[in-house]
Amino acid sequence: MDVVNQLQRQFIDYSASLHREGFLDDQFTQLQKLQDDNSPDFVVEVASLFFEDCEKLINNMARALEQQQGVDFKQVDASVHQLKGSSSSIGAMRVKDVCIAFRSFCEAQNREGCLRCLQQVTHEYSLLKNKLQTLFRVHITTCSY
Amino acid sequence: MESCNCIEPQWPPDDLLMKYQYISDFFIALAYFSIPLELIYFVKKSAVFPYRWVLVQFGAFIVLCGATHLINLWTFTVHSRTVASVMTTAKVLTAAVSCITALMLVHIIPDLLSVKTRELFLKNKAAELDREMGLIRTQEETGRHVRMLTHEIRSTLDRHTILKTTLVELGRTLALEECALWMPTRTGLELQLSYTLRQQNPVGYTVPIHHPVINQVFSSNRAVKISPNCPVARLRPAGKYMPGEVVAVRVPLLHLSNFHINDWPELSTKRYALMVLMLPSDSARQWHVHELELVEVVADQVAVALSHAAILEESMRARDLLMEQNVALDLARREAETAIRARNDFLAVMNHEMRTPMHAIIALSSLLQETELTPEQRLMVETILKSSNLLATLINDVLDLSGLEDGSLQLDLGTFNLYAVFREVLNLIKPIASVKKLHVSLTLAPDLPEYAIGDEKRLMQTILNIVGNAVKFSKEGSISITAFVAKLDTLRDSKAPEFLPVLSDNHFYLRVQVKDSGSGINPLDIPKLFTKFAQNQSTGTRNSGGSGLGLAICKRFVNLMEGHIWIESEGLGKGCTAILIVKLGMAERVNESKLPYMPKMPTNHGQTAIAGLKVLVMDENGVSRMVTKGLLLHLGCDVTMVGSSDECLRLVSHEHKVVFMDICVPGIDSYGITIRIHEKFTKRHERPLLVALTGNTDKVKKENCMRAGMDGLILKPVSLDKMRSVLTDLLEHRVFFEAI
Repeated sequence: MDVVNQLQRQFIDYSASLHREGFLDDQFTQLQKLQDDNSPDFVVEVASLFFEDCEKLINNMARALEQQQGVDFKQVDASVHQLKGSSSSIGAMRVKDVCIAFRSFCEAQNREGCLRCLQQVTHEYSLLKNKLQTLFRVHITTCSY
Repeated sequence: MESCNCIEPQWPPDDLLMKYQYISDFFIALAYFSIPLELIYFVKKSAVFPYRWVLVQFGAFIVLCGATHLINLWTFTVHSRTVASVMTTAKVLTAAVSCITALMLVHIIPDLLSVKTRELFLKNKAAELDREMGLIRTQEETGRHVRMLTHEIRSTLDRHTILKTTLVELGRTLALEECALWMPTRTGLELQLSYTLRQQNPVGYTVPIHHPVINQVFSSNRAVKISPNCPVARLRPAGKYMPGEVVAVRVPLLHLSNFHINDWPELSTKRYALMVLMLPSDSARQWHVHELELVEVVADQVAVALSHAAILEESMRARDLLMEQNVALDLARREAETAIRARNDFLAVMNHEMRTPMHAIIALSSLLQETELTPEQRLMVETILKSSNLLATLINDVLDLSGLEDGSLQLDLGTFNLYAVFREVLNLIKPIASVKKLHVSLTLAPDLPEYAIGDEKRLMQTILNIVGNAVKFSKEGSISITAFVAKLDTLRDSKAPEFLPVLSDNHFYLRVQVKDSGSGINPLDIPKLFTKFAQNQSTGTRNSGGSGLGLAICKRFVNLMEGHIWIESEGLGKGCTAILIVKLGMAERVNESKLPYMPKMPTNHGQTAIAGLKVLVMDENGVSRMVTKGLLLHLGCDVTMVGSSDECLRLVSHEHKVVFMDICVPGIDSYGITIRIHEKFTKRHERPLLVALTGNTDKVKKENCMRAGMDGLILKPVSLDKMRSVLTDLLEHRVFFEAI
């Protein structure tokens, strides 16, 4: 039991730190609330879906921005929009913020700015992925008790 | 010897005398025979002859006489007895007929004579009729002249033309020598020769009006013959010839003022002009009656025509005046508008310009207060702060009032919590009241609705102002605030007859009474309280420290809210009561769109309604779709997910109670889907409720949603509690639009 409490505390602390650092926001807490006996792995499922989506979208954007002859900003914008929607649904605050900036560069048709944002997004996304995976490992360990 | 039965004439036939007799007899017989022939011939020719019988008799008589003379011819020679007997017979017959004729003639001749007299009589009558005919014709002629004259006179509305035409036409009709019109002068004491027929420019002859002849003419409405030696008749330079007969007639000059609406023009205050007509001197003409009548009629017509001309002149003048005034008014209005616009521009600028420095002063002084200061410095800073606060309030009041004055202020209607307003006021006033050791109590009637529709901010401002005044002007004692719903009998205030409350189902009248035990107000000063800038200066103890605008603004706000505010006081030192009545709308549904979103605790009833609810979620984004699905599953709904609008239209059925659509993705035509769903489900109860989910939106988008036919709009991110409340509300009211 002690271990469980410890692990639970660890989990709570880690999750709180994530919140503090701005990786996650309230929406993530809401998602956590939705997890119940009917859907015990709800959050993990949503997170996995998010990661898949993210990778796909980032690849799309990279390809679109690499075009030497005429970047299709509309396509890029659409992808960013999707990414923004997904990240706000899951509560990935930092990613969402970068997306907002990304969008304004898209509207301004600024290729340099877009590329920079894309780098940032990729960076944030990988960070988030690592953190979440750590969180889930702790969670799974807790649940298995 | 019996020879022939012959008769011998007494005289020998060869006698000369006998020969003459013979010839005469022959001619007589001839004549006597021809007379009846002639008679018959002529009678046959004429149509009328009443005495045929007499003619026959006469004819017979003559024929027999002729026969007698004819037979006499044979008696000159020896003739037989037969001839003699024939002769005798003829003579006897002749005698008989002639006697009868003679007797007949006795009757007939008087008749014939009377015929003759009748003929004479008829001839006289015919002559008389001819004369009368002549007269009538003349009169008709006159009448025609009058009509023509009238037509000429009335065909123009110009005064001079009327008069000139009159003279010309009269002159022509009556073949006058001279015709003149004398008009009274401005002073009314003289007649001036204004128009003449023959002379071109009448030199200003004047004649004093009080001449016996003139008076005589003026006193009767008939044309009067006057002497040619009369001053008005001396129209020609003293001439060698004898002037003809002169007639004068008066022409009434009517003024607008003579025509009252219901009466005929007064006869006493009339002015007259004089028309003088002169016949040619060398003819022996006399003025006939019909000519005089003509003149009188013309004079009347001229009077009427002149008065019409006068009226027309007046109305033209009035119209010109009106036009001028119109132009002037228009100019004034435009100037006023410019002034108002200038003032508004000024206010708009000054609003910002004045508030900014004020704000800076207040903020910095309060900051300064926080720092280390010497006591004198602190006092100075406090004074600065107090004064600038006062100034800020004053500026606000002035700007508010200007907005109120020109009617540009509109109430910000919304649903609000009435109880909260009062509590807020209480909270604000408690600190000051406790400093002054005043006890403040608030009583809200139980039937006072918790929510109401009105301008929350301004209502609070008004109540705060009144309560603030109560606190300000009370040095000790207590303040009591009561609020309740006013019934009709308590609404009327005899001092405000123009306040006519109307009760209706959607509104109620809130009555707030603030009673204080302060210094009171002299009842005579009460009317001045609500006027701008009028301070109550009567007692020195009233250190109001505020401008006189507060109550004036309150009154205006209250008026805008269709209410009434007044103060009652029994006198100085007896405290006063401020009473405020405003009209507020009843809030039936608390979840009006203007209401700031307040999450309610879910009721059990709501809970059961959501469980098992069949819901369709359409979202292109996989992650957000999953999140929404998770939310709804957690709440117990039966969720169907679709990723595109086509799928949505395919799968939607009447079993789905709600359809959530994510509209923030640009590719989705949510309005199109809405319309198609509306078309698919014509019956209202079969159609699922359509709710839009969106991450960002503005009023326009929200209105578009409402117009397209959506039943709701929710902003993402949606928390669990929010989704629960939204669903509950949605199912209860079938509409939910989140406040933007």
